Amino acid sequence: MLRLFNQANFEFLARRRVAYGLTLAFVIPGLLLLGIRGLNTSIEFTGGTLVQIHVSDSAIRTADIRQALATTGIEAAEIQTFGAPDEFVIRARLDPRVEVSEETTQETGVAVRDALTGAFGEDVIRVDRVEAVGPKVGSELRERTLMALLLAFGAIFLVIWFRYEWRFSLAAVLATLHDIVATVAFAAYLNLEVSLVVVAALLTIIGYSLNDTIVTFDRVRENLKKYKRDNIYEILNRSINETLPRTVLTSGTTVMATTALLILGGPVIRPFAWVMTFGIVTGTFSSIFIASPILWSVERRWPGEDVRGARTIAAKGAPAT
Amino acid sequence: MAILVVASIVSLVPRDVTIRVRGESGRMRDTTVKRVPIKQGLDLQGGIHLALEIDQTGGPVADPSGALDRALTVVRSRVDEFGVAEPLIQRVGADRIVVELAGITEPGRAKQIVERSAFLEWRITDTENLFRDALPTIDAALVRAGVRVTAGGRAATPTALEQLLGGDTAETADTTVADTAYSPDQPGPLSTMLYTGSVPGEFLVPEEDFLLVDSLVHMPEAQRVMPRGRELIWASEPISQGARSYRPLYSVNTRSVLTGEELSDARATIDPTSNQAIVLFELTRSGGRKFRNETRQHVGDYMAIMLDGRVFRQPPVIRSEIGRNGQIELGNASLQDAQDLALVLRAGALPAPLVIVEERAVGPSLGRDSIRQGQRAGIAALILVIGVMLLYYRIAGGLAVMALAFYVLFTLGGLASFGATLTLPGMAGFILSLGMAVDANVLIFERIREEIQLGKTPRVAVDQGFEHAMPAIIDSNVTTVITAAFLFQFGTGPVRGFAVTLIVGILASLITAVFVTKTFFLIWLQRRGTAQELQI
Repeated sequence: MLRLFNQANFEFLARRRVAYGLTLAFVIPGLLLLGIRGLNTSIEFTGGTLVQIHVSDSAIRTADIRQALATTGIEAAEIQTFGAPDEFVIRARLDPRVEVSEETTQETGVAVRDALTGAFGEDVIRVDRVEAVGPKVGSELRERTLMALLLAFGAIFLVIWFRYEWRFSLAAVLATLHDIVATVAFAAYLNLEVSLVVVAALLTIIGYSLNDTIVTFDRVRENLKKYKRDNIYEILNRSINETLPRTVLTSGTTVMATTALLILGGPVIRPFAWVMTFGIVTGTFSSIFIASPILWSVERRWPGEDVRGARTIAAKGAPAT
Repeated sequence: MAILVVASIVSLVPRDVTIRVRGESGRMRDTTVKRVPIKQGLDLQGGIHLALEIDQTGGPVADPSGALDRALTVVRSRVDEFGVAEPLIQRVGADRIVVELAGITEPGRAKQIVERSAFLEWRITDTENLFRDALPTIDAALVRAGVRVTAGGRAATPTALEQLLGGDTAETADTTVADTAYSPDQPGPLSTMLYTGSVPGEFLVPEEDFLLVDSLVHMPEAQRVMPRGRELIWASEPISQGARSYRPLYSVNTRSVLTGEELSDARATIDPTSNQAIVLFELTRSGGRKFRNETRQHVGDYMAIMLDGRVFRQPPVIRSEIGRNGQIELGNASLQDAQDLALVLRAGALPAPLVIVEERAVGPSLGRDSIRQGQRAGIAALILVIGVMLLYYRIAGGLAVMALAFYVLFTLGGLASFGATLTLPGMAGFILSLGMAVDANVLIFERIREEIQLGKTPRVAVDQGFEHAMPAIIDSNVTTVITAAFLFQFGTGPVRGFAVTLIVGILASLITAVFVTKTFFLIWLQRRGTAQELQI
C-alpha cells in the first residue's frame, strides 16, 4: 500500500526564513523585469487589433508577412508564429499616448486582412480570428479586473473571518497575495500574454490556494481544541504534517490536469495553462511554507482565544523570537 | 440521488438540434443534426461578437438611453437578414449593445449592421391582389426553371436538393421527376407554401419554409414574372398561430407613401375613450400635406410600416384622410407593444449612429481545432488522474474513479440542463476541475487512514473519516465558488463560460463526494462482511 509522507514530522516552521528567502529571490527579479519590460497585456486590456491567420504556403515566413503589411502602409505590427509554423498572429496594440477613435481598431483588422489576401491570394490565407478592441473597452476592462480581484479578496477575508477568525483571514489572504505576486513574476519571466483568460486563471489560483490553506487551517482549528497543552508552534507544524499527504496528492492530480492542458490543449489556451500550472505549485508552496508561519507571527502578536488556551510563549523547538 | 443521475443522463442524450447553415450557393437552410445538447460558445463554433455604442463624437446625443433602445430595435431587424439561427442581441449596461452571431465570421459583414442609418417607410399593401393573381404564372416559371414539388408538398430548387442530399436524406426520397410538365391543377412550388392572410397582400409562410420561400421568390426566373409595381417584403418577426409558427410575407407597392424623414415624433399612449393602446404620430409640414393627399385616395386600404426592409406588425387600415397628426390603433395589444411600435417609428425618424467598440471573430476551423485539442487534453488528464488514484488508493481508488465518472456525468448534465454555454476557457476549466474533483475524495480517504491508524474499526473509521473531513471540504470549496462568482460578474462571454463550468464542477464534486463515494463505501464494507482490516 502506497502512503506518501505517512506520519511525517518535518519542521516546516523552522524553515520559514528559507521559504521567505526563496520567495523573495523569485519575486524581486521578476518584478524588476516587469518594471523594465512591462506586462505583456493582451489587446483586450490595451485596446488594439489581433488577426490570426493560417497560411497554406509553407514558404511564407514572418518577414514575408511584415513585408506585405509594410507595402500597404501597416507598420509597427507584432508578428509571431502561433503554435504551428503555418499559423501567425498579427498584433497591433494601441499606444496609450495616441488618441484614436473607436473605429480605428476595426479598420485596422480589415486593412490587415485585405493587405494579406492581396499579397498572397485568397486561397493561401485563411483568417481564423479577428479581435478589435476600442480604447474605451480596454480601459474599462482594466478597471473592472482590478475591482474583481480586490472584491474577491475582500469577500474571502470576510468568509474566513466568519468561519474561523480574523487572524486566520489575514494569514490566508497574505499567503494568497503572495501567490498572485509570484504568478505575476512568473508571467514576467516567460513574457506570457496576460489576457482576460489569464486573469481568470489568476482568480482561480486565488480560489485554489485558499482551498489548500483552509484545509490546513481547518486542521489547525481542530488541533487547537484537541491539544490544549501544546504550543501553537507545535500545533501548526503538526497540522501541516497531518494534511501533507492530501496537499501533495491533490496538487499532484491538479498539476497533471493542467500539464495535459499545457501540452495538448492548443496554443490559444497555453498561457492559461502555464499560469494555472505555476499557480498550483506556488499555491501549494504558500499554504505549507507561507500561510502557517504568517499565522504564527500573527498569533504571537495578537493571541487568539483558542491560542490562549494553548501556550503561546516559546516551548521546545520554537525559536525564541 | 438516482433522480440526479437520470436527469443528467436525460439531459445529455443526443437530440435533434436545428442549426441554420449557409450552403455553397450562399443560400441559407435549416438542417437538423443529432448532437449532445450543450451550447457551444462563439470561440468554439465560430462566429462574431460585437459591442456597439451610440456614436457621441459628433456631440452628445440628447436622450442616450432612448437612442440606445431605438438602436436595439434597428439592430434586431437587421440581424434578421443574416439568417443566424440564434442571434443574441442584448443591451449591456447603460450604453452598450452586444450582438453575437454564430457562423458569421467576415468582419465586413458586421459593418453592414451599423453603417446604414435606419430607414423607415410606409407603403400601401397590394390591395388589388396582383401578386396573388400572378401566383400561377410564377409557379409555372419556377417549374420551368427546374424547381420540383415533393410529395410532401414542399418545393426544392436544384441547389436546395443538393443541399438536402448532403445533410438530410429523408426528404429527397419523394422528389418527383424534374421534367414533368406543369399544369395549373397541380400544386405550384411556391403557392403550396403560402397561406392567405387576413389583410390584403398578406401571406403566411410556415417558419420552416421561410428560407426556401425566400430563395424561390428571389430566383431570377420568378423575379421576371412578378407583377410590376409590387414587391414582396417579409415581416420582421414570425407570428404563432396555435402550435405553429408562421412568417408573414407581404406584397406591397414599390412606391412609399412616406419615409422616416417626414416623421417628427411618435409616442405610445392609452386612448382614454376606448381604453386601448394607440400610437400617436406627428409629421413635418410637408410630410403632412403629402400624407393627406395619399390617405385620401387610399381610405379603406392597408398601410405597411417598414423598417430597414422588414414589415413591422400587421399593417393597419387607413380609416380616413390623415394630415400632420395621426394615430395608429393596435386593437387589443398591450401598451408595451404600442411603445415598441412608437420606438420603430422614432428609430426611423432619428437615426442613432452606432460605432463598434469591440469585435471578435473566430473562424470555424480554429474552433474545431480547439475542440479537438481540448478533448485530447481532457482524456489525457482523466487517464492520469485515474491512474494516480488507482495506484495510490487501490480499491478505494476504484471508488474514487467511479465517483469521478459520476462527477463528469453531473457536470456535463448540469451544463446542458442549465443551458450554459461551453467556451474554450470553460473547457479548460472543466479539465482543470478533473484534477481538483478528486480532492474531496482524497480528503475523506486520508482522514479514514488516520482514523484507522488511531486504531478504530473499519466501520467507525469510515463514518468518522467522512464526518471529520466535511468541514474542510465545505469551507475550502466555498472560497472557490466565491472567486468564480466574481469571475462571472465581471467577465465577458468566454470567461463567464469558465466561471459557470467551475461553479457547476464544484457543486458536482460536492454531491459526488457526499453521496456517491459514501454509498459505494458502505456497499463495499457490507460485502466484505466481518473483515477486520480495511485496505485503503
